[in-house]
Amino acid sequence: MAKAKFEIPELQEYLDIPEIEPGTMAHSKPYVAKPVFQIPLGFPGELVDNWQEKALDKMGDLLGKYRSLRVFLDSCVKCGACTDKCHYFLSTKDPKNMPVARQDLLRKVYRRYFTLAGKFFPKLVGAEDLTKEVLDDWYSYFHQCSQCRRCSVFCPYGIDTAEISMAAREIMDSIGVGQKYCNEIIGKVYTIGNNLGLPGRALADTLEGLEEDVYDETGVDVKFPLDQKGADILVVTPSADFFAEPHVDGLIGYAKVFHAAGVSWTLSTTASEAANFGMFIGSYENMRKVSLRVRQAALELGVKRIVFGECGHAWRVAYAFLNTLAGPFDFLDPNYPVPQHILEFTYNEIQKGTLNLDKSVNDDMVLTFHDSCNIARATRMGDKPGGQFEIPRAVIKAVCNNFVDMEPETIHDLTYCCGGGGGLLTDDLMELRVKGAQPRMTALRNVIEEQGVTHMAAICAICKSQFTKVLPYYGMDMDQIVSVHQLVSNAIILTGQRTEGDETE
Amino acid sequence: MPIEVSGKSLETDEEGYLANINEWEPGVAEVMSKEDDLELTSEHWDIINFLREYYEEYQIAPAVRVLTKAVGKRMGKEKGNSKYLYGLFPYGPGKQACRYAGLPKPTGCV
Repeated sequence: MAKAKFEIPELQEYLDIPEIEPGTMAHSKPYVAKPVFQIPLGFPGELVDNWQEKALDKMGDLLGKYRSLRVFLDSCVKCGACTDKCHYFLSTKDPKNMPVARQDLLRKVYRRYFTLAGKFFPKLVGAEDLTKEVLDDWYSYFHQCSQCRRCSVFCPYGIDTAEISMAAREIMDSIGVGQKYCNEIIGKVYTIGNNLGLPGRALADTLEGLEEDVYDETGVDVKFPLDQKGADILVVTPSADFFAEPHVDGLIGYAKVFHAAGVSWTLSTTASEAANFGMFIGSYENMRKVSLRVRQAALELGVKRIVFGECGHAWRVAYAFLNTLAGPFDFLDPNYPVPQHILEFTYNEIQKGTLNLDKSVNDDMVLTFHDSCNIARATRMGDKPGGQFEIPRAVIKAVCNNFVDMEPETIHDLTYCCGGGGGLLTDDLMELRVKGAQPRMTALRNVIEEQGVTHMAAICAICKSQFTKVLPYYGMDMDQIVSVHQLVSNAIILTGQRTEGDETE
Repeated sequence: MPIEVSGKSLETDEEGYLANINEWEPGVAEVMSKEDDLELTSEHWDIINFLREYYEEYQIAPAVRVLTKAVGKRMGKEKGNSKYLYGLFPYGPGKQACRYAGLPKPTGCV
């Protein structure tokens, strides 16, 4: 781990609500996207001359398009229920990281230009002009929201700060102030097919390497097919699954499950990415364009089903928006959900009894599970309410003997963000990421100390990368974070698999 | 901010990655590592050279697993793991070693 240039929070048994310290994170802002990253997304290259006018036009446009945005901006009564629910506020003490204060950064401008009272008596209603200082605050603090929506669970009006953050980012993009991390990545999806910029040939080579690895380990010829026309299932997974650890161990798990289930599947070079950062920047156009690749690949390959891999926000886009963004999917097999989550697939196979599982292989671990915010609060799995909480746990319990949950106020729909979601998983925000992980790290350390937990499983590429990076700051090991399908991969015994007693050739 | 390498000024991006990979020379890694207070040994150079070879072939940095496997093959099984690589490059093999090798930064959820 590299040396930190900022103070790392000390973990306590309980997370206290801190006294506010104004401005502690005013310096935090991600790199601004250069024109080369802005223009391919349809945004101006840099701050336009008449930016105030353009920003207000865009705000008006969004208010007209999204009724929810106007309701969220109108309905806050400043009750304060959200103030201590944000991981970034709890860990940075900066009052502008209270969800209500973050919303107010946009709300005060909305009031000034779009409400009667704000137009005539701005001071009375907390309305403010859109100045360069306000814009700078927007850039800083709307990039300190991971759009995790924990605050909205506690808001009596259901105000969704994530949606306000998305709108603010969309307004900023429209005047030429974009964030480098997200916008560079979306550009790579268009030109290369995935967030990583992994070209088809490199992907093919990586998958070949995985086939060798699994063969060496098991003696079974498990395939990782790419661009295979006529396969039944198109698997769309985060490109981190091809590249990073522990992600890739999850990918190996998917392949083993498909192999054992006896279904034909394929990955696609052009849709080699489940992530859709168009959502993070609030851009419907970009979100749609990214989604359409999935449709295109499904049509070209002639698949019958689409399954999404372990990725948090991708499942939100897939579950909640895919049909309107890129549908109708009437060319797929109507007997299966469109799309389906890999955990639903694996869970069903476990129910059917097609997988031969040896739980004891994972006996060296005591597991807990981190609910990813987008999956927990914006989607479902299976056909029952709460399936998004139950199915991942059921799969873990089917492949592991030792499982304990973290404290109830930190799991299910009350889960804390990993600290790196919503387009903030970038090195230039490392201080924010490390601090923002504090609530989750507190809960994790408690189960480590009290219940002997050794590993935390996750089902989101961002969560996995974020924890790999921040665990060492809190005195834990980077490999204490695992993929759920990595656990499945460990436990599954394939037909013909070499066992330990066998002679290796 | 540009960096000075053997009398030449080379352009880098905000995060210190070389803007033009073709301008790379061994001095780039020396200058960058000095800024990080890291002394490059032959073990570091083995990694840097492998990264450059792989990039030339595939136009991307190798996946962590590809890298650890290659290191394990070339330098001995006990070194074929992320721990060894993080020991050499504390900011992460993907990011720090890529920067020294002149490769663009791996982006995405990694």
